[in-house]
Amino acid sequence: MGGKFKGRDIISIRDLSKADLLAILDAAKKLDQKPKRDLMVSKVLATLFFEPSTRTRLSFMSAMERMGGKVLGFENTEVTSVKKGETLWDTIKMVAQYADVIVQRHPTEGAARLAAEASSVPVINAGDGANQHPTQTLLDLYTIRKEKAKLDNLNIAFVGDLKYGRTVHSLCIALSHFRTKLYFIAPEALQMPKSYLGDLDNKKIPYIVEQDLMKVAPDLDVIYMTRIQKERFPDPVEYNKLKGVYRIDKSLLGHTKKDVRIMHPLPRVDEINTDLDDFPQAAYFRQAGNGIPVRQAVIALVSGMM
Amino acid sequence: MAKYQAKREIKIPAIKDGTVIDHIPSRITFKIMRLIDPQEYNHTINLALNLNSKKMGKKGIIKLSSRKLTQDEVNKISILAPNATVSIIRDYAVKKKIEVKIPRLIEKIVRCSNPNCITNAEDVRTRFSLVSKEPFSIRCNYCERAMSRDDIKLN
Ligand SMILES: [Zn+2]
Repeated sequence: MGGKFKGRDIISIRDLSKADLLAILDAAKKLDQKPKRDLMVSKVLATLFFEPSTRTRLSFMSAMERMGGKVLGFENTEVTSVKKGETLWDTIKMVAQYADVIVQRHPTEGAARLAAEASSVPVINAGDGANQHPTQTLLDLYTIRKEKAKLDNLNIAFVGDLKYGRTVHSLCIALSHFRTKLYFIAPEALQMPKSYLGDLDNKKIPYIVEQDLMKVAPDLDVIYMTRIQKERFPDPVEYNKLKGVYRIDKSLLGHTKKDVRIMHPLPRVDEINTDLDDFPQAAYFRQAGNGIPVRQAVIALVSGMM
Repeated sequence: MAKYQAKREIKIPAIKDGTVIDHIPSRITFKIMRLIDPQEYNHTINLALNLNSKKMGKKGIIKLSSRKLTQDEVNKISILAPNATVSIIRDYAVKKKIEVKIPRLIEKIVRCSNPNCITNAEDVRTRFSLVSKEPFSIRCNYCERAMSRDDIKLN
């Protein structure tokens, strides 16, 4: 399976075909079921975090080190020559001499694509501004498949901030390869951007736009919660009116299918009550854990070790 | 053909040799003018706008004496005015019509409208992919932001 991925950059979920997505999920499943402690022994991963994202960075480091590989890198720009005015292009050109794979997080959109063009080794995008974070999407997809044992014929709801929610946009693109029905549940001001709905129309993916989660709760197989950020709201009065509407707790389970799964990219603030955490329906911590096999699979595939 | 045209567009003198850009939406005639860089050019330019057009309502037309357009310029025109026609004139007659066609990959010409795009932060050749012609939409290959015709700034 590796031949197709060796040397490839993982920049955007748009670059991945349905076959690519399934190949990565399958590789992750293998590593999940049978960890390979020395798969990457001879390899070095560089984690270049031009803005801090400790959880993502730790997840990549853990993924690499559990396969026996070495990690080098930095978090935030203070310690690098970026402050001295070195271009991203030159930084990547240099780091590509030290590492076999580069993981990059950058506050500027499109920075990952540029890094991939500069780099002689594969680049994995760990977030470029508001744009893409493909391994997050892959782990979301992996979680859905693992929890529901399929990716087709599912009713999947996105709840909360759908306008600015990068994870929602990317997962929506990934799911459009499958026969799912999507539910977009948000206040009007934070609904899914028209361009994404247009993409779904083109692909003939059915979807429902709704404000009231309870109205559709009985239909759902997966509920993907996101955080509504106060600063994203044009009017604080509107925010106060709506902030509690999408706060869920264990009472939600009285309205849903028994085997519904609740996901969240984390961190949560107060949109999911902790009283839900111990129910099997709460998948969000397992979801975070799935980042390890998924990131292992991506690292191993692009470096040609799998 | 040439005679008939000269008669119909009597307010805009015919040119002997050069290029005619016709069927430009009136409101973007000056934008097209700007991108062919008239200051750099010392032959006659005839420009008219708000001409009546059966197809378009009001249209603009630009006639450039002794001047050929580069492929790059034709591409730029196609992004701003996909229905424009470009004709090469030799001895008062239309010698050739160049098809104005939006390229699938638009390189260099357009600047990304997203202020947080890497192409606005570092010295990068911009690249956009055509998403759809109608409604017009192109997507930045770097930040993936989709842009409509109104968002477009030329480089
Ligand atoms: Zn851009």
